[in-house]
Amino acid sequence: MSRLKEIHGPRAWVVVGVVGLSLALLPFFGLPAHLVPLFGKFLCFGIAALAMDLVWGYGGILSLGHGLFFALGGYGMGMYLMRSIEGEGVYRSALPDFMVFLDWKQLPWYWHGFEHFGFAVAMAVLVPGVLALVFGWFAFRSRIRGVYFSIVTQALTYAATLLFFQNAAGFGGNNGLTDFKRILGWPLHDPGTRAALYVASAIALVATYILCRYVVTSRLGRVLTAVRDAELKTRFCGYESTHYKLFVWTLSAMLCGLAGALYVPQVGIINPSEMQPANSIEMAIWVAVGGRGSLVGAVIGAWIVAGGKSWLTNTIPSAWLYVLGGLFVVVTLFLPRGLVGLIPKLRLALAAVLRRRAGPAV
Amino acid sequence: MRTAIELAVFVGMAATIVCPPAHAGPVEDAAVANAIDGLAASSDETIEESIRKLSALDDPRAIPALDALCDDRLRIGADGHPYIWDSKTRDVRHPVSGAVVSPAPRPLKEVEVGNEIRRVALPVLARLQLGSPAAAVRLAAAEELSKSGSADAAALLHRAKAREKDGGVREALALAIARADLTGTDPAKRVAALEVIGRSGNDGFLSELQRLTAKNADGTPVEPDARVAAAATRAMESVKSHQRLVGFGGSLLHGLSLASVLLFVALGLAITFGLLGVINMAHGEMLMLGAYATYTVQTVLHGHRFYLLAAIPIAFLATGAIGAALERGVIRHLYGRPLETLLATWGISLGLIQTVRLMFGAQNVAVANPDWLAGGLEITHGLVLPWSRIAVVGFVILVAAGVWFILQKTRFGLQVRAVTQNRGMAACLGIRTKRVDALMFGLGSGIAGLGGVALSQLGNVGPELGQNYIIDAFMVVVVGGVGRLTGAVAAALGLGIINKLIEPAAGAVTGKIVVLVVIILFIQRRPQGLFALRGRVEA
Repeated sequence: MSRLKEIHGPRAWVVVGVVGLSLALLPFFGLPAHLVPLFGKFLCFGIAALAMDLVWGYGGILSLGHGLFFALGGYGMGMYLMRSIEGEGVYRSALPDFMVFLDWKQLPWYWHGFEHFGFAVAMAVLVPGVLALVFGWFAFRSRIRGVYFSIVTQALTYAATLLFFQNAAGFGGNNGLTDFKRILGWPLHDPGTRAALYVASAIALVATYILCRYVVTSRLGRVLTAVRDAELKTRFCGYESTHYKLFVWTLSAMLCGLAGALYVPQVGIINPSEMQPANSIEMAIWVAVGGRGSLVGAVIGAWIVAGGKSWLTNTIPSAWLYVLGGLFVVVTLFLPRGLVGLIPKLRLALAAVLRRRAGPAV
Repeated sequence: MRTAIELAVFVGMAATIVCPPAHAGPVEDAAVANAIDGLAASSDETIEESIRKLSALDDPRAIPALDALCDDRLRIGADGHPYIWDSKTRDVRHPVSGAVVSPAPRPLKEVEVGNEIRRVALPVLARLQLGSPAAAVRLAAAEELSKSGSADAAALLHRAKAREKDGGVREALALAIARADLTGTDPAKRVAALEVIGRSGNDGFLSELQRLTAKNADGTPVEPDARVAAAATRAMESVKSHQRLVGFGGSLLHGLSLASVLLFVALGLAITFGLLGVINMAHGEMLMLGAYATYTVQTVLHGHRFYLLAAIPIAFLATGAIGAALERGVIRHLYGRPLETLLATWGISLGLIQTVRLMFGAQNVAVANPDWLAGGLEITHGLVLPWSRIAVVGFVILVAAGVWFILQKTRFGLQVRAVTQNRGMAACLGIRTKRVDALMFGLGSGIAGLGGVALSQLGNVGPELGQNYIIDAFMVVVVGGVGRLTGAVAAALGLGIINKLIEPAAGAVTGKIVVLVVIILFIQRRPQGLFALRGRVEA
């Protein structure tokens, strides 16, 4: 019970409950049906932003590989969705269409088991987790830090993108996995299914938020922040910084995989462009815009940037890259704490104005 | 290949027009004209008969007409005489003199040429071309004859080889003879032919050799003569080892030119990242801007022969100025915050890409190789070093030497090294550190711009050009050790060549992944890189 209070004060718990509930119930109170998948997508981005903030905002590790974890989760779910329509593809084959097209005679070994929903979801979370664990163990052990770590993660992402682009890799190559029909027997284009997926994403977002909040308010979270701010000093105090970093890095990758798994059934496609290095960096800008080291800020940042992208690429497509590029520069130069960092400043300014107003009366 | 043949034919035509054979008398003239007229006949027999006549006359003036016949360019005019249709200029030409016939004797009818006629005409054409005064024509003819490989062609080829003086054509003739001999019955000649083939390493003979060394279903060799079979095995091994050598040489060359491009990027990065401690994600875009600067210079100078030389300083100054402006405007405010620098410069790179896309279009633009870089140096059969790649390698050596000179031998270089080692102390000694920062950044960006000039000669120029190289270039800097030029050179060479050597065996993607894994394992052993030096970044 006291642990709950440490996570949030009573008032904040009420806010979390109310906001979470109203988010989840949005499709039933006025959100137009065609916007439900779009908003569901934003919720998934929110989860990814939380994962990103956990490693970057609290651990000081700027990952340029979270797009990879996100896409891996997405591929896990995509493989389930492909398997679930066995025999209903264009070629009426037990194999996914693209394999028939490539003239493959049987399913590659790594596609087995994905006909079970539970297995697929588990893989969507575990594969990014294991990859992050192995990669992180090597990287953190040899004290790869800061920008070096960022660059190596980016190279990893780049190599994986190239791999998935190949037809021979068995993930549909360039086109990726698409033409999904059903999830757990419900048709994907049905408004009810879409609403259900949206609600599931909202629940996952709130759960992820509470989990992240739990981590950062724990003793582990405080050591993590100490590692971020002064790794050597923390090590000299007897904390093995590698273990803390490895834990939060792996957890973050798994959360990102979860976000990807929820994302794919709502957008209906997963292809290698989803894991391009540029996407990972875009995740970093979500967190930077919202405010590093603030979980709520990360989610808000993701929504603002992703929402802006959806809107601008529809209205003035050529302007989007300028806006995104400008955001990178402006946020790093003028808003090191993000939008959330503006709140205390605004509060101070407001207080000063009020005091001046009240001044003459006293 | 097609253009080569066309060129050869054109040269042959020109040569036959300019210098008619000395022995040509009026009687032979009439005979040739008659025989060529026969090519316009409607029956296949008459055409074949005419070809045989031309073959007997052995007159090179029949080459254009026979070539047109084989190439479906021979037409029958309204007057029943044959004419050559020039598809490029859309003219009708006289079959012997090559002069444009005007007005054209329309309607023109195509001479129907079946494979039967072609089979008769092609060796005759090749034989006539063997007597042509132009070496290129003789070479093409020898290759053509060698493909047909008939026994009676051998005598012809022997005669041609005896009077041939050009080395390349002699070799082609020797091979053609070998092929002809191989189909004969004399075992000694066949063994000798196989030896010639083995020495040449020409892979065009592989299927022939495979047939000779194959075994029947019952295990007995297809070739009854054991000596011939043994020679064939030897020849096959020699051809295969030659092929391996060519493949290896090709990979090595590609690796070398990839390494030189990487080195251009990495040299700049070694300065900005290594010495200033700044991660510049827009560095790859400097490469792209340098390539577009080359394109612009080419357009402005209307592709003048030496536009490339003018592009070198312009690309350097343009990208250098952009780099220095970038440092003054943005990066200066972010010193000591490398992660933020990474993000800000990434944002700038997005803006640069989009600007180029809006100015030049999203499609690739064409930057032509100037004529003095066209072609290549043929080392051995099948292995050609293109001049453009050799020039790029030479250029990067020059630039690397220049950078070394600037950093080690000039006053500015001394200041740069002082600022790198101890900024505060350098400032106390009166070095204007901020100016040094901006100039260094400009220098690093300018070198990437030079890389863009080089890259424009090797491949496509598009807005996303820089993105392909930046990750590899960072790997080079990390492996080479931050802040060391020697490290950058060694790592660029190593990564470039390893990449291209793995590629043929494992495929491009697996190669990249293998290299990445190797790098990660390497960093395990030596986190400070190949050549460690303490700069402003605490590595």
